[in-house]
Amino acid sequence: MTQPGSAYPLEKKEQRSETHTMSVLVDNEPGVLARVIGLFSGRGYNIESLTVSETEHEAHLSRITIVTSGPPMVIEQIQHQLERLVPVHSVIDLTVKGNAIERELALVKVAGTGEKRVEALRLAEAFRAKIIDTSLEHFVFEITGKQSKIEQFLALMQPLGLVEVSRTGLAAISRGPERM
Amino acid sequence: MSRAMTGAQMVLEALADQGVEHIFGYPGGAVLPIYDELFQQDRIKHILVRHEQGAVHAAEGYARSTGKVGCVLVTSGPGATNAVTGLTDALMDSVPIVCITGQVPTHLIGNDAFQECDTVGITRPCTKHNYLVKDVNALPRILHEAFYVARTGRPGPVVVDIPKDIQFQKGEYTGLSNSQHKSYNPRTKGDERAVQTAIEMMAKAKRPLFYTGGGVVNSGPEASRLLRELVRLTGFPITSTLMGLGAYPASDPQWLGMLGMHGTFEANNAMHDCDVMICIGARFDDRITGRIDAFSPGSKKIHVDIDRSSINKNVRVDLPIVGDCAHVLQQMIDAWNAKKPKVDKLALKSWWTEIDKWRARNCLHYRKRDDVIMPQYAIERLYALTRGHDVYITTEVGQHQMWAAQFFKFEEPNRWMTSGGLGTMGYGLPSAVGVQVAHPDSLVIDIAGEASVLMTMQEMSTAAQYDLPIKIFILNNEYMGMVRQWQELLHGGRYSHSYTAALPDFVKLAEAYQAVGIRAEKPSELDDAIREMIAVKRPVIFDCRVDKHANCFPMIPSGEAHNNMLMGDDVSEEDLEKAITEEGKVMV
Repeated sequence: MTQPGSAYPLEKKEQRSETHTMSVLVDNEPGVLARVIGLFSGRGYNIESLTVSETEHEAHLSRITIVTSGPPMVIEQIQHQLERLVPVHSVIDLTVKGNAIERELALVKVAGTGEKRVEALRLAEAFRAKIIDTSLEHFVFEITGKQSKIEQFLALMQPLGLVEVSRTGLAAISRGPERM
Repeated sequence: MSRAMTGAQMVLEALADQGVEHIFGYPGGAVLPIYDELFQQDRIKHILVRHEQGAVHAAEGYARSTGKVGCVLVTSGPGATNAVTGLTDALMDSVPIVCITGQVPTHLIGNDAFQECDTVGITRPCTKHNYLVKDVNALPRILHEAFYVARTGRPGPVVVDIPKDIQFQKGEYTGLSNSQHKSYNPRTKGDERAVQTAIEMMAKAKRPLFYTGGGVVNSGPEASRLLRELVRLTGFPITSTLMGLGAYPASDPQWLGMLGMHGTFEANNAMHDCDVMICIGARFDDRITGRIDAFSPGSKKIHVDIDRSSINKNVRVDLPIVGDCAHVLQQMIDAWNAKKPKVDKLALKSWWTEIDKWRARNCLHYRKRDDVIMPQYAIERLYALTRGHDVYITTEVGQHQMWAAQFFKFEEPNRWMTSGGLGTMGYGLPSAVGVQVAHPDSLVIDIAGEASVLMTMQEMSTAAQYDLPIKIFILNNEYMGMVRQWQELLHGGRYSHSYTAALPDFVKLAEAYQAVGIRAEKPSELDDAIREMIAVKRPVIFDCRVDKHANCFPMIPSGEAHNNMLMGDDVSEEDLEKAITEEGKVMV
């Protein structure tokens, strides 16, 4: 026997991983987020970012935006496993659909004085970040954009006195006049 | 039509409206209002089990032998947690179950109240869907929706958790409605173009094979009838998973037997060598595929499944068809008849010749003995002596289950109740209780192992209480046989804790449960003992003492391909003799 003592195949093949953004339209009812998150943890899928909020009050609908990663077969599974949940209305893989608009908002606290403070302010203007709160020693910036823009902004703030950051996670929507 | 009533009354009303005749349950503090209503009516018969796991398995046996939704009623806390194994079993094997659980009153939820647990949280991953009822006026809709979700699409268990205050509150009851569910509407009909493509692929096939599963049984008797029609129409060979046994008659010449880890040589080799695989209602589970990268390497695969997520989960297929088996089979038959394709008769003939060579290997052969009952022989005799009876078989999990699948031949669907996906030891006895409740005059036999059956043995008391003449046919080898087999083959024969010392005397145990105990120790006494078991109109525990060292073959060792099977006669007698020494037993 080639295999050591196991009732299951033990080897796992490494496969190319892709990152996808999915939009999930769900009933806004108790436990629905737990169902989605439980599905991901129970089946060993990755969640890189997740945002959720009610989007249609009358129809009691919420929209969940999930950024996930995995091999193509797993990405396909994730979509169909989500579709199987009873309170899920529809699931769109925005990455497959292509060219979707993706935005994130971050609140960034930077503390410092002198040159560093001036430089932080200059960079914030260049990134079109808004100042939400300030004292003589700190700023809180609000910045919106693609995740790459926020990453870049945070990297620049790091040596200028970055204290902490709060990010919303990604919100995404497809281009064009149609709804999902 | 709406009427004012309490939540507890609504439960009974909804069950009656859903056509429920039997419910399996166990009372407790948080469901007393519902039990009080049960007491005051006679439309629904309650079967009192001895453990909530048994209630769910009984409901599973009931559901799988009738095609109806099985119903369960248990209390909060431990009542709900005890039901979890059964719910998971039903989820894995796609059995329609509605399980009503009591919950502590709404205002106490979250307070760690007596017998409180987070039932919807705990059962979320082991149900198809679940509900916590917070408004008595939503209860009727939720109950009817629970039945709809349980039985449609890919069937599964649904939990409705009802706090005790909701059971007491008054609200408006509304009956069944025809309104469409807002988000859950599974598709039943297959894509017509995909069906056409499937027929073209099948018509061109040189080495085709049908690979069918529990989905055909779940789809209803019509699906089995249509499967037979399509298989005969095409002349192709057919194999099935453990869960699909009975959908196609085992006596038919086109039947190759079960496939998979303990499937037949012919079925597994045909899977490996086929050029077009038509998978209907099966899910390419790891007990079926063996090594994925060596699984049926040269075939084009067609996969019919009602659950989109079953497609391309383990094995990438060439043509997915999402739909209900019966619907898609009908579409395929219509398309085949319309097209009347010319199949490659010459190729098919040589394919059958090849299959016949594999068949001639006689893979289920075992060495009969005069001094000791071989487990395979016991099942062969049980099969032979139950001909002419209306038989339903349930099983526990392990070697006996595989031998039952290999040696008991099923001609009809819904006759074979076994725990396939979850592999729940202790499934068979309570399941037999459920089957017997649904079919009081039939012969219901649990083919059991002595280790499995002890896990839910207390349900014998249920059988006695309701005069259910179930037969518990135990292949007693004193070992957890399948564990022992793996330890022999993979762990150097170190039988770590797989031998059960101090087993009960099963004949006396039967008597203690007001049942009949029968024992057979020699092949010569087996037939008479089985006849006696069949003749007795009471519950029976049959202690069939079998060879302690028999292994279940053929077998695909894990991590191997289908064409690399371990056959029973490859293993020398010497190895078997050596396998378990007296010393080894002492060490256990």
